[in-house]
Amino acid sequence: MELWNSLELWQIVAIKVMFSLMMIGAVMTMAGYSVLAERKVSAWMQGRVGPNRTVLPFIEHIPLIGPFLKGLGIFQPLADGLKFLFKEEIVPGHVNKVYYYLAPIIALVPALTTMTVLPFGEFFTDTGDRIPLMLADLEVGILFILAVSSLGVYGIVLAGWSSNSKYPFLGGIRSSAQMISYELAMGLSLLPIFLWVSKPGIDVAALSLVEIVHSQNQSMWLVFVQPLSALIFMIALFAETNRLPFDMPESETDLVGGFHTEYGSFKFGIFFVAEYAHIVIGSAIFTTIFLGGWHFLPWMADPWPSTWIGSILGVVWFLAKTIGLIFFFIWVRWTLPRFRYDQVMSLGWTKLLPLALVNLLFYVILVTWLDQPAS
Amino acid sequence: MNLIDFLFLVFATLSVGGGLLMIFSRHPVSAALFMIVSMVSVAGLFVLLESFFLAILQVLVYAGAVMVLFLFIIMLLDVGPEGAKSSKIKLLSGLAGIVCFGILVVFSLILVLNSVPDCSSCAGWPSLDDRNLVLGESLVFSTSVKSFGFGLFSKYMLPIQVAGFLLLAAMVGVIILSKKFVRESSLS
Repeated sequence: MELWNSLELWQIVAIKVMFSLMMIGAVMTMAGYSVLAERKVSAWMQGRVGPNRTVLPFIEHIPLIGPFLKGLGIFQPLADGLKFLFKEEIVPGHVNKVYYYLAPIIALVPALTTMTVLPFGEFFTDTGDRIPLMLADLEVGILFILAVSSLGVYGIVLAGWSSNSKYPFLGGIRSSAQMISYELAMGLSLLPIFLWVSKPGIDVAALSLVEIVHSQNQSMWLVFVQPLSALIFMIALFAETNRLPFDMPESETDLVGGFHTEYGSFKFGIFFVAEYAHIVIGSAIFTTIFLGGWHFLPWMADPWPSTWIGSILGVVWFLAKTIGLIFFFIWVRWTLPRFRYDQVMSLGWTKLLPLALVNLLFYVILVTWLDQPAS
Repeated sequence: MNLIDFLFLVFATLSVGGGLLMIFSRHPVSAALFMIVSMVSVAGLFVLLESFFLAILQVLVYAGAVMVLFLFIIMLLDVGPEGAKSSKIKLLSGLAGIVCFGILVVFSLILVLNSVPDCSSCAGWPSLDDRNLVLGESLVFSTSVKSFGFGLFSKYMLPIQVAGFLLLAAMVGVIILSKKFVRESSLS
């Protein structure tokens, strides 16, 4: 705090902007490489090789490392990005121009805004205090994430509507119905977590993500405490990110390309990256809430020292968990078939929502019972 | 002018401008989008007042849920600009609008000019005392989530229940009104 007070306003703003740009860079890089991971993993699952030709000219001549990186397709995201940038911009004549251009931006911005309240590590001061590494330590962080991510649906809805064509329109309508349905289950699945973490007698800010991570330090991960909540949250996360068992808005077998059928070149690229940014952020949120964040393993103290080395290792461990979850997303996509649309709706409203309510009621009773004073 | 003032001007302009554009735009979809802009800017104003919880509820409930439903219905019914035909009594409605706006301006001016700035407790918000909150006494102004919870589940318990029951009644009413009941004998 003393550090902040000694700085001028423009210096604080400059530092904040720099941190934000670094974080956007990290998430966008991860989103880009998730695309590569998707292609590679799907290729391996189907007995193919996947992208293995793209390489920068000078790296190819490094012995051993060069061919290895080339075989992994490490440079493919670079080529994909350039391709999106330099393709011809085709705008169909029948679209509603303003909303057609606005839609990709609206789709991407909420996906990137949610990362501001996401803690991804901690910093140890000389006095032994722990300061979480995050852009803004909001007391109601999880509500912020739910609120902002609920705005993401407008991008898809507007894209579908402004395209003035049947398939995108159907995709947009499907997506808005699906997102509203699963948002409820998602919010309800998180309530027991906060009940559990902020038991009476434990003085925590009730809805803070940092406190949730701290509560999992040297104790059980919340995924083991509340497996049902974790399952409901995971399913809702799949639905909210439009990933495969629930990819109604763009199911290519019945809607050609869904909401982005009329989009090409860079505007399509933004939709594409936004989808993967959603996956990256969603995995990170799941890691924070259910998998102990940057803490090592359940019941174990962090094996790293409380210095800057520990901070870095904690962040790396957090990233490792997140990447594991991203792999899980890809794994599910290439393993499971797609739901029919009415099945998605009935699963959301008649199964997931009652289950989430029962789950909440159960933990309300359990927490009340556990908390009653021993008399 | 410091940063807070500047941001206040930005969000205030956006919220009022969004509201005006919502009224004057011919296409229902544009109107709905301007309404979202207005609501999100109001959330920004809440953030400037450091009541983050209210800001987030504003976005979560209004911009994130209610307006999605609005947009969904507009698109599903495919209402175009021709759907909003100007009414025949244009002059009358315009006059009524002007009169209402005038009354609003006059009354808010009276309210602002008559209010005496009371700054005895401007130094900082008093700290939250859980004990008093449970008893429902001296509910102080506070922006923390906890005080909202205490208030809602202690002093304002009955109003909350009544409001919830009214909403339930409204929902049942809509279901009954929109559903056509067919006699069983007429089916066969």
